[in-house]
This record gives sequence, structure tokens and C-alpha cells, in this order.
Amino acid sequence: MKLKSTLKQYTMVIALVIVFIFFTVLTGGRLILAQNISNLLLQNAYVMVMACGMLLCILTGGNVDLSVGATLCLSAALAATALQSGKSPVVAIIMAMAAALVIGLFQGILIGYIHVPPFICTLAGMFLYRGLARAVLDSKTCGITNEKFLDIFSSYLRMPGEKPRACTSSLIVAVIVAVVIAACMLFSYYGKKKHGYETKPFISMLIKLIIIDALIVIYGWKLSQFKGIPVMLLWILAVVIIFAFVTSSTVFGRYFYAVGGNEKATKLSGIDPRRVYFWAYFLMSALAGLSGLLVAARIGSVDGNMGNTYEMDAIASCFIGGASAYGGSGTVGGVMVGAVLLGVINQGMSIYGLPDQWQYVVKGVVLLAAVIFDVVSNKKTGKA
Amino acid sequence: MADYILEMKNITKLYPGVKALDNVNLKVERGEIHALVGENGAGKSTLMNVLSGTIPYGEYTGDIVYNGEVCQFHNIHDSEDKKIVIIHQELALIPEMTIAENMFLGNERKNRFGKINWNEAYKQADENMKKVGLKEQSSMLIKDIGTGKQQLVEIAKALSKDVKLLILDEPTASLNEKDSKMLLDMLLKFKEEGMTAIIITHKLNEVAYVADKITVVRDGSTIETMDNKDHNIDEERIIKGMVGRELSNRYPQREHNISDEVLFEAKDWTVYHPVYTEKCMVDHVNFHVNRGEIVGFSGLQGAGRTELAMSLFGKNYGSHISGQEFIRGEEVHLKNEKDAILHGLAYATEDRKTNGLILSDTIARNTTMARMEKISNRFGVIDVDKENKVAEEYVKRMRTKTPGIFQKAGNLSGGNQQKVLLSKWMFAEPDVLFLDEPGRGIDVGAKYEIYCIMNEMVKEGKAVVMISSELPELLGMCDRIYIMNEGKLVGELEASEATQERIMDKILSSNDEKEN
Repeated sequence: MKLKSTLKQYTMVIALVIVFIFFTVLTGGRLILAQNISNLLLQNAYVMVMACGMLLCILTGGNVDLSVGATLCLSAALAATALQSGKSPVVAIIMAMAAALVIGLFQGILIGYIHVPPFICTLAGMFLYRGLARAVLDSKTCGITNEKFLDIFSSYLRMPGEKPRACTSSLIVAVIVAVVIAACMLFSYYGKKKHGYETKPFISMLIKLIIIDALIVIYGWKLSQFKGIPVMLLWILAVVIIFAFVTSSTVFGRYFYAVGGNEKATKLSGIDPRRVYFWAYFLMSALAGLSGLLVAARIGSVDGNMGNTYEMDAIASCFIGGASAYGGSGTVGGVMVGAVLLGVINQGMSIYGLPDQWQYVVKGVVLLAAVIFDVVSNKKTGKA
Repeated sequence: MADYILEMKNITKLYPGVKALDNVNLKVERGEIHALVGENGAGKSTLMNVLSGTIPYGEYTGDIVYNGEVCQFHNIHDSEDKKIVIIHQELALIPEMTIAENMFLGNERKNRFGKINWNEAYKQADENMKKVGLKEQSSMLIKDIGTGKQQLVEIAKALSKDVKLLILDEPTASLNEKDSKMLLDMLLKFKEEGMTAIIITHKLNEVAYVADKITVVRDGSTIETMDNKDHNIDEERIIKGMVGRELSNRYPQREHNISDEVLFEAKDWTVYHPVYTEKCMVDHVNFHVNRGEIVGFSGLQGAGRTELAMSLFGKNYGSHISGQEFIRGEEVHLKNEKDAILHGLAYATEDRKTNGLILSDTIARNTTMARMEKISNRFGVIDVDKENKVAEEYVKRMRTKTPGIFQKAGNLSGGNQQKVLLSKWMFAEPDVLFLDEPGRGIDVGAKYEIYCIMNEMVKEGKAVVMISSELPELLGMCDRIYIMNEGKLVGELEASEATQERIMDKILSSNDEKEN
């Protein structure tokens, strides 16, 4: 019984492990080359960042934001053209983020306070911002050559004098992080014990701790064999950690779950649902803007088609990661597992050389399978 | 030998970890009205779900013998083919469709190519409506008729299926006394015409009124079946059977310790409908409640009591609200619900499922929802351990029956959900608590506990405003009773002088005045 519930809780993690092993074997081990491991997160940076915001929208009741791909393109386009016209990276970043925030404000007010249905509002936004982005780019491709700008988002951190294939510093950082995490987990465990709160068995905590630490160290080791710690990883981590904390441990985060769970009850409990909708779409656009900068820096150029269907990747990650299509449940942790799973499948198929058309088919099947699994298993537990 | 239309033999139904039904036996004679009574979660609804095929054959053990043959119902269509129809507590009507469309939903009047014959449908619907005593045109939308009439439409729908055995799950839970009586009389009329009915209800006076036999269910077993030929049942005996113990008094005693301090007062409170802004829902109502007092609001469905409470609670309802509200003698202008909570008001809704709880969330999260700042620091970071501790305390204090605080609210029975809802509002530490139908749809035992909680609250120096459609409940609990009709306050009675007759009289005479 207990094993069953544990297995259920970690279904997607287990699925991720299986898929990972599957593609490692299929690609003859090429998937776990240092370069591919390092690129796995970087290539999916936009998915992870935007999925955090998309989770908020989905929590409010299964609503999605369709405009993020276009918002991303617009912010990237503004940054690229600003840099091309010789502005400093700081100005370019401010311009890009300002555009995203204005879009967020606009959509947040429309959806939250004027009650335009989110689907329609963001569908309109999808056309609108895409068009504006192309206008900004004058329908051309705009290259980014400003080294400073690229450094802020897509460089690698290593100690002076370290060679790209032997960055011991990455490994050291990973070990330090692992130790800190271990200390935090033990500290929280004994703190709970001391106050007489309920705790999980020590052994299961220990297993979890060892697995997490091992993964971090292995990841650090892989990074050290490629180019070191990517700056983009820090950006991703910052966003993910902040959103994980906000959704799980703050009153503000709790609001999103409440509105999605029962909007009327939420309103009667003194929480203004309009504000909650506003923040969901505002933060979503802000993250889309940030993603625009990340993707622009990684690719090194911006064109009018950039970010096409990116919104779908973010939405898919949320649903694969266990967010309810009806709102009210889902976690940032789960969504990240969903994003990585999607990333592994993408990269695995690319390395294996599966044609593009079949990649779409596989992605569709995976999304459908995840949601069917979610619906069916909820139905079963709901009855008990 | 009696002619049994239905025999359920040794029905056992297991849910993971729970035995919902344990060797239940039930015999129903042809042409009788058979009442099933029991506490929430006793297994009445589960038993009826087995009978109707909602719980398919194979998921339970035991036999259903209907008209002398053993039946295996795999779904609701199987039982409906045998003319068994179940009407659930939550009505299965679609508000945006007409009465006739609802009546033949899934059972359309169509030719063999699938084209629906609407003329025939509306004609038959009108006929069925007449049978249940409704004058409404069947082309009206469901949302435009009241709850009581919707209940009758459900019955008309059952009639359209040529029902022989009708199962009603708490048909009067959301009806007022007048509509309830109308519905019960309807059942008696159909009985004369040879229909058999099984009725699940918490209202013992109704049981006494309509039932020929009464079966008491407790903890998944049938305790006893009583005869009620003379409609003269021993309520004490039923209650004892239901709760398994003597319940000496249905309303707990309390010391009436009312202070002179007026805790809450409303003056000339007037509210218009939020959509049809011409329609006055609450019309210049004046009332007050003192510290340590329980004040009741009586009235028919749609009298404006809920609208009054919700509009006072930070303008949650209505438009063009005018009038003054005073808390502890000071006039306040509450902008929104949060404002109301911070000023010490609470409103526990009559509809806990749609307006009260987040069913998909845990008990713990529901408990703290209205005052999350109490379990978080000034940056809004929640102390989950503290939250869990608080939730544990309330579960203990309210005697909420649950495996734990991480249970989802939706998995609890009605009475326990009500306790969680009350926990939530007590956690908000209000001075004045508006309870809208606190006893609706919950059993005698749970009701008693909720009344005890109300008494505790007034003892702590709070004030309770109780809205209820059940007169005995108001008479048993309140110090003073206001009577509303069609948005107006039409009377006020001290508990000592109030009787059911006097309250009904006030309502009816106000109707007369208007007509004259």
C-alpha cells in the first residue's frame, strides 16, 4: 500500500529515468556525453522558465497563456535591434523587459479586471505581439554580436586559467551545493523532530538525500568536462527556486491554488480573485520576456519566427508534470520534471536522428499519455 | 405473504480500507413509501447507488431481487430499463436548457433517424408537469424556476420514464417547509396510483408524515425496520437507532447570557439584484444582534435572508446597496470580503460545496484559508508546521471525523464538511458569525455537535446570526427570531413567544397584506 503510493507520487520521475535510460541506450551513450548533458538544460531554458509562469495560469483554473511565444519574440526582437543600433546591453535588457511587463500589465488587467476570457485574450495577443515583433525586426533576421550581452546570458563560469574540458571548479561548486543541501535537509529533519512534528522515516529521507546529492555531483562533474557552469543555468535556477518557494510556502502562492480550487469560496474567504488572475498573467509575461533574452543570447540572432509554438512546450511541461487541467493542483517541482522529460525526449530524438515529423508524433503521444494517466489515477483515488 | 417489489440481500460493498456496506438486507413492499434514515456516511446513499447501478454489478457482493428476479445492473440504464429511477440530492438538471429538454435528456422523443420531435416532446412534458402539479410551460428554462420546482421537474422526468420504483435522496434538503409539504403530498398521491418509493431523508417529521416503513441504517448495516402504518412513530427510538446511543435532547442547553452591548446592527439595509438591478432583494431591513446572542432569520426560500447576509459581508452580493452597518456601535463601510473579515464578520455559506470549501484541497489548507496571515510571517511566508498544528486542533475541537488533516475536503461526508467550514470561520476569529443553514443536509448527531459549537461561540462573547428554513431548529437554538418575506422584515419574536404557527402566520399575513 505504502510502496504503491510512493511509486505513484514519483511516477513522472520514474518515467523520466526510464526515458533517459532508453535514449542513452538508443543513442549508444551519446546522450550522456558531457556536451549533451550541459546542453540539455540550456536548450530547454525557455521551457523551464516559462513553465513556472504557465503553472500559475493553469493553477487558476486550467487557463493557459497562448501569447508567450510571441511575447518572447517581441522582447528578443527589441533587445536585438537595440544592440544593433549600438545601445548598451543594459538598455537593451531594460527595453525588452519593459515591453514584456507592459504586455503583462495589459493582459493581467484585461483578464483579471475586465474578465476577458484568458484563452481569447492571449490568442489575440499571440497574433498581436508576433506582428509587432516582425515590425520591429522589419521582417529580417537580426544578429547579436555584442559580447557583453552574450556574456550576461550565455557564457560559462570557470576559474581563470582553467581549460574548457577540465573545469574542476564546477565539480567543487557542485560538491559544496550538495553539502549545503544535505545540511539543510538534516537540519529541517531534526528541527521537526525536536518540535514534535510529524516526520517521514529517517531512512527514506536519507535515500532521497543521497540521490539528490549524487545527481548534483554527477551533473557538476559532467559540466566540468565541458565548459564549466553555464550562466544560463543560474538564471534558470533563480527563477525556478523563487517560483517553487512562492507557490509552496507563501500566502501569495496559496492564492493561485485557492482560486483554481473554488473561486467563489476564495472570494468569500476575503481573497480577491481579480488580483490573482492579474498576477498570474503579469508574471507569465515577465518570464516570457526573460526567456526572450535567454533564447536570443543562446541562438545569437532573432527572426520573426522565433518562439513559434514555445507556448505549447511550456503548457505541455505543466501537464506532463502533473498540473491539473482543471486548476488547483500542480507543483513547480513536478513541472520541472515534466520540462526535463520533454527536453530529454527532444534531445534524444535529435541525437538519434529521428525525422522532425516523427518527433512531433512522439511528443503528442507523451503529452496525451501523461494527461490520461493523471485523469485515470485521480478518478481512482477520488473514489477511495 | 407480502408482495415485495424489491429485496436486497446481504449487500456488501468495500472501499479501500472502509466497509461501506456490511451485509445489508432491505425489503420493500409494492406500493409503499419506504424511508431510509441514518447518519451521514451510514451507507444510505451507497446502498441506493448499488440499487440504481451507479455502483455496477461486480463491485459489490450480494443479490438484488427485483420483481422476483435476480438483477445485475451494470449501469444506470440497466436499472432504468426496469423502471427504477433515482433522483440524487444534487439535481441533475441543466440550467440553460428548457424543462422539456431536461426531461427527455438521454431519452429523447425521436424518430428512427434520430430526428427529435419537439412538438411531441413539449406536449408530453406539459402533461408530465401537470401530473406533478406544476403550471409552468415546459419551454421555460430550468434556471428561471425555483429549487423546489426543479425538484418536481426531476420527479416529472422520472414519470416520463414510467417509473415503478422511485428513489429520492434527500429530496427536501434544500426546500422550505411549504415546498417540502407539496413534494411529500405528491409522493402520497403517486403511492395511491401504485408507485413504490424509497426516500432518504434527515427530517424525521417528514418520515412520520409519508413513510409506511422506516429502515434505520448505521455504520453500513441495517439496524431495524419499523412499521409506520399509523404515522405515529417514536422519534426517540429512530434517533437512538441512528446514533447508537440515547440523545436526550436534540438542542443542547445553554445559559442565556445576553449582554446589553449591541455587537452588530444594520439600518435601512437595501440591496438590489446584481443582474436585474430593478429587482429589490432586501428592502430597508433593520436588525441587531447583541453580544452572547443567537438571532435567527426565518422565511421562505427567496425571502432575501441569504442576500441580506452576503451583502452585509463586504458587499459580496448585490448592487445599489444602501443603508448603514454598525459593528460594536461604530458605523463601518466594508469595501470587500477581506475588510469584513478584518472587522470581525464571518459568513458561513449555505452551499458549502460550491461557495464554502475547496473540495480538492486538504482540511488543513481549508481551515486557514480565511486568515492566512495568522500562520505566516510578515513577508507572507507560510509556516506549514504551524498550519498543520492549528488544523489538528480544530479537527479535535470540532470532532471532525477524518483519517487526518491531509484528507481532501471533498472526501468528507456532509456533516464533516460543515465542521471544516465552521473551523475555517472560527479560525478567522470573528465577533459576529452569520451561519446560513448550518444544519442543511446533515444528520442529527452532527447537527447536535454543530449546535454545541454555536453555543460555545456565544459563550465566548460572540454573536451568531442563524439563517434557517427549519423552524424547529430556529426555535430550539435562537434567543430571538426575525421573520423575512420577499425582502422585507415582517416580524420579530422573542424565543419565549415564538411558535411554528406564529412564524408561519407572520409570513402568510404579510403575503395577504400585499395582495389587498
